[in-house]
Amino acid sequence: MENRSVIHRLIARPEFGPLVLLVVELVVFWGINPDFLSPQNISNILAFTVELGLIALAMTLLMTSGEFDLSVGSLFGFSPVLMWTLYNGGVTSLELGLLVALIVAALIGLVNGWFVTQLKIPSFLVTLGMLLVVRGSALFITDGFPQRTWSAEGSWLANILVGDFYVGPFRIYASLFWFIGAAIVLGYVLTQSRTGNWIQAAGGNPNAARARGVNVNRVKVGLFILSAVMASLAGVISSLRTSAANPNSGTGYELEVIAMVVIGGTALTGGRGTIIGTVLGILILRVMRNGIVLIGVPGLAYNIFIGAIILGMMALHSWLERRHQAGT
Amino acid sequence: MAEPLIRMENIRKSYGRVQALVDANFHVNEREIVGLLGDNGAGKSTLIKVLSGAVPLTSGDIFIRGRKVTLRSTSDAIAHGIETIYQDSALVTQLSIARNLFLGREPIKPPRFLNRMDQEAMNAVARDLLRQVGITKNIPPTTPIGSLSGGERQAVAIARAMHFDSDLIILDEPTNNLGVAETQGVLSFVRSARDSGHSCIFIAHNIHHVFQVVDRIVVMRRGKVVADDIDPKKTTVAEVERVITGMSDKEIRDAISDGPQQHG
Repeated sequence: MENRSVIHRLIARPEFGPLVLLVVELVVFWGINPDFLSPQNISNILAFTVELGLIALAMTLLMTSGEFDLSVGSLFGFSPVLMWTLYNGGVTSLELGLLVALIVAALIGLVNGWFVTQLKIPSFLVTLGMLLVVRGSALFITDGFPQRTWSAEGSWLANILVGDFYVGPFRIYASLFWFIGAAIVLGYVLTQSRTGNWIQAAGGNPNAARARGVNVNRVKVGLFILSAVMASLAGVISSLRTSAANPNSGTGYELEVIAMVVIGGTALTGGRGTIIGTVLGILILRVMRNGIVLIGVPGLAYNIFIGAIILGMMALHSWLERRHQAGT
Repeated sequence: MAEPLIRMENIRKSYGRVQALVDANFHVNEREIVGLLGDNGAGKSTLIKVLSGAVPLTSGDIFIRGRKVTLRSTSDAIAHGIETIYQDSALVTQLSIARNLFLGREPIKPPRFLNRMDQEAMNAVARDLLRQVGITKNIPPTTPIGSLSGGERQAVAIARAMHFDSDLIILDEPTNNLGVAETQGVLSFVRSARDSGHSCIFIAHNIHHVFQVVDRIVVMRRGKVVADDIDPKKTTVAEVERVITGMSDKEIRDAISDGPQQHG
């Protein structure tokens, strides 16, 4: 009986569904094409995974607090453009350029948060507007052309953010450690810290949280800033790794990131979030994108699979939720 | 006479041109359960919102044990020992009982800079409190509020107010949507709160519930307190209903029979 209840509890966890799905994906892709689990392919998956992943981790906290941010994709494109423009124009060093880009991102997050909390405009509309402003700025600054980036080679900033080395046959980028570190810190914040309790309360029942003296607005503004800064950092990391700063990069990432978060089991309506689930959600989507190409499905069909996964996982989560509420 | 716990004097509150409270006077004594009654729009909710810091008053004074206070926010009111339990809105359904109890005042484990909640301590206190308010079922403190019944949720909210030593617990419609047994449970939680030294304001549409538990009834009509010393032991429900509506028995009967035509 004891074992039964342990298994029940495990199944009731929001991370259980995503974990099963990820295992199924890995087995199916590996079964069809054994190269899928080759060191080179795993290294490829991981390299880009962590860049979107950094945004998804911050988005998990923001969505748990009941808001979301559509401007992250545009910041992913804008921040490296800003950094390189400052550097190429001789205005700042690369490091100072990064600092300026992060500060600008934080200000953008602050504006998002201010509109949502003070003017009471839904985050969907505020961040959609910000998406256009930021993307438009990136295009305007660059006249729509990619920025020169070749001169990053050998800079210490590039080394600590995206320096690569081999562990056995695996090519590992330093960004993987940034991602793991961010996942541990944000997972801790969400589940162990007092701030995490406030984030969940802000999304679950903001009025109750306010009545207990929780500063819901400050929590949300803080998370908007975190989301913007992480998107900015992810954009810079990606730009340094690929030696490219394209004003259009990151287009559509906002929806992919939100999909990663909800597939992982975080509630779109707020109040409940899981960092472990998000890590699984990130892997599920990235593995899917990589795997369907490797097994010979046309890459353009990718969205069909992603859409189906989102629908399937939503159905599973809502079923588990109802079972849980019914106390079975 | 001893200074009351709470005294509100000449409270005015207007929303634009609408006068929600017109020179309302109201008080609650120590260890007293006051039933606050009134028709829809009589001003009960506004009075409670003013007292719980949710809305600012337009003019008037609030005294706690004779000392004048300004309540700018709900956390201000809580800091002054005034806890309001709104029906179904006082708790976060996704969080556990223990996390709800300590929401906003979570104990921190050293070292403090890690900002880490002391979950063992929270669970231990929660377990004790649930017993104290009379929940006999064995409910682990890690249970999410979402899987509790309506009565149990009220009990958790009341337990929280008791634990944090609120002098005044305001219960807004605590018995709405509850079954008979659960309602009796909530009424007994309210009594146990008074017995342990707290005062309560009890607002309910069901006058019978109010009669069962309160020491004194206050009636509001059109933004004013029209009666503030009705003893439930010396009066009847019908009499109180007359005060609430401001109509005679015959007028009430006429209003009921003509109501739909007149208002339609």
